[in-house]
Amino acid sequence: MINETVEAPLGMTAERQAVVTEVGAAPPKDWIIVTRGIKREYDMGGEIVRALRGVDIAIMRNEYVAIMGPSGSGKSTLMNVIGCLDTPNAGEYWLNGKEVSRMTDDELARVRNKEIGFVFQTFNLLPRATALHNVELPLVYAGVAADERKRRAKEALARVQLETRMDHRPNELSGGQRQRVAIARALVNNPSILLADEPTGNLDSTTSEEIMKVFESLANQGQTVIMVTHEQDIAAHARRVVVLRDGLVASDDRRSSFVEKIGLAG
Amino acid sequence: MQQIRVQKLKSFFTLLGVMIGVTFLIAVVSIVGGMSRYMTDTLVGKIMAVNSFELRHRPNINLGEHDEGYWRELWRRPRIRETDAEPVIASLPDGVRWAVIGNDNLVVESKYVAKPQQVQTYTVTEDYFAIKRMEPAQGRLLSPQEYERGMPVIVIGEDVAKYFFPSLDPVNRQVTIRGIPYTVVGVMEKQGSAFGVSFDKFIIAPHKSALNRYVNAHGVIDAIMFQTQSREGLQTAMESVRQVMRARHGLRPNQKDNFSLETSDSALEFWNKIKSYLVMAGVALPAIGLVVGAIVIMNIMLVAVAERTREIGIRKALGARRKDIMSQFLVESAMLSTLGAALGIITGFAFAQVIAAVTPLPAAVELWSVLVGISIGAGVGIVAGVYPASRASLLDPIAALRQE
Ligand SMILES: Nc1ncnc2c1ncn2[C@@H]1O[C@H](COP(=O)(O)OP(=O)(O)OP(=O)(O)O)[C@@H](O)[C@H]1O
Ligand SMILES: [Mg+2]
Repeated sequence: MINETVEAPLGMTAERQAVVTEVGAAPPKDWIIVTRGIKREYDMGGEIVRALRGVDIAIMRNEYVAIMGPSGSGKSTLMNVIGCLDTPNAGEYWLNGKEVSRMTDDELARVRNKEIGFVFQTFNLLPRATALHNVELPLVYAGVAADERKRRAKEALARVQLETRMDHRPNELSGGQRQRVAIARALVNNPSILLADEPTGNLDSTTSEEIMKVFESLANQGQTVIMVTHEQDIAAHARRVVVLRDGLVASDDRRSSFVEKIGLAG
Repeated sequence: MQQIRVQKLKSFFTLLGVMIGVTFLIAVVSIVGGMSRYMTDTLVGKIMAVNSFELRHRPNINLGEHDEGYWRELWRRPRIRETDAEPVIASLPDGVRWAVIGNDNLVVESKYVAKPQQVQTYTVTEDYFAIKRMEPAQGRLLSPQEYERGMPVIVIGEDVAKYFFPSLDPVNRQVTIRGIPYTVVGVMEKQGSAFGVSFDKFIIAPHKSALNRYVNAHGVIDAIMFQTQSREGLQTAMESVRQVMRARHGLRPNQKDNFSLETSDSALEFWNKIKSYLVMAGVALPAIGLVVGAIVIMNIMLVAVAERTREIGIRKALGARRKDIMSQFLVESAMLSTLGAALGIITGFAFAQVIAAVTPLPAAVELWSVLVGISIGAGVGIVAGVYPASRASLLDPIAALRQE
């Protein structure tokens, strides 16, 4: 449901506007992500925290989108909903033509496994498993046979230039290398979308630059990427910037006009 | 498994409960198994010969719970009499051996020891030793003439020989029973013992000897023992004995037998009954250990789930379904518990061997108990793991990922 007191966000194209307004209808084919009036509220002992208050977003295949906004504006909450880790209290979420907001836990697990690659700020690797095994994990849950699993995991590690480190455990890797393992793991199932919530938040600037190059090259290869970031120069890699403020989309624009119209988030 | 290796010591204590439970199980099963084999192979063969049965007025062995009426009926039964022997024996099919037996505890003296002693004293007819397969170790058996004339001669068990004739050759020496001297003609082979009861404390005299007056008062006899050549013949022989006795006791067709016919199977049945009680005790004891073990494992698994919340979150984020998480923890819990059971099997056998070595109780390894032990281990692990595993599987992925 669209919150009627709020105007269409700055920079929303008429095309996107049309897709998000058609409540209940499956979006046209190339719109890989469509959210309509997504709300997420937390009940903190009587006090209701409204993390998302009606978010409308439409993202096409092959887009590279940055999500920005001040701390607490709901970026992570939105990413969790898009990544099927969390379910909204209200609104619709269509992923790849299927309505996710009505799925059961196990169906969501399936979608996370097949459609989504998630990269976290804190890497979230299994500490006792080797890089290779970490990358294999999604394939384990996809039911891929061991040989095939190894082959594909090695391939994914090669895509992030880590084939020489596959027998290392996370604590034997640098921060940048760990994040590359996490990216390889996110890619190994050929997901429709790659989600990253502040993937460089724990890295120094040189390493951040290195990681951003990985994302950029993936985007150039046609991978749909959605990334949350605080930093403008990182957002500058993206071709589209969505700005959240207080759980609503404040602006949604191509990068070229983003700098002129909004200035920096914060 | 990595998890298990990291926490070796902790795991060991985790396993203790299951280990102790299975240890008891294996030990009890081995000992009961050993005793069982012993009973069937040795003991029953000694108490009762193969393919044999006994006619008595009351059963030697009373199985199960009986009401007062049962006991009253037993006390009212007529005794088996000397006069019953002849018609019963006359009715037997060819090839059936028989022996009339009387026995009582009598005070026995000898001039070689100061103190008289009570000894089980038997009077028997000729075929007794052949049926029981007893051979003399020294001297000889009773001769046909001695049976015929009821001469004052006896054969004795090893314990009796040792007691009354310390460091002497008993053969041709005498003991005195009720003032009458009896000459020892033979000492029988060692019969051994079971559960601390010796089978070598006996004196056997011819049925017609003067002793018969004391063991079989007033024309009453304790038992007639029969032995057939084959197992099949046993039923026929029993049936003819039954019919003769029913007729002699004047029973109508609707009345029950008022005498007892016991086979070696009854003795085995008796043992099986004891065994079932032993096994019950042997199950109750391990059960306590296993319940404790299950509780400990459940706790350890709950701790593991709490410690690995983040890992669970990661796995869920990567597409693990509930059942994936569930089975991961169930497998871990089952492996832990099975390891405990395996240790328990080893210590259980060791325990049984030690018991067999230091007590008269025998022990035998039962293969099925190993399989049961392993299955119980796995089962306990799975049961104990269900609650922690389902807690893990129900964790909210985001909350789990947020945990530090
Ligand atoms: N599990 C939760 N329980 C209660 N409130 C929550 C929970 N998760 C998020 N919130 C609240 O929802 C709002 C949005 O949080 P969110 O993490 O999405 O912000 P964010 O934009 O990612 O911020 P940051 O840039 O600091 O990561 C915040 O006010 C936060 O306190
Ligand atoms: Mg955040």
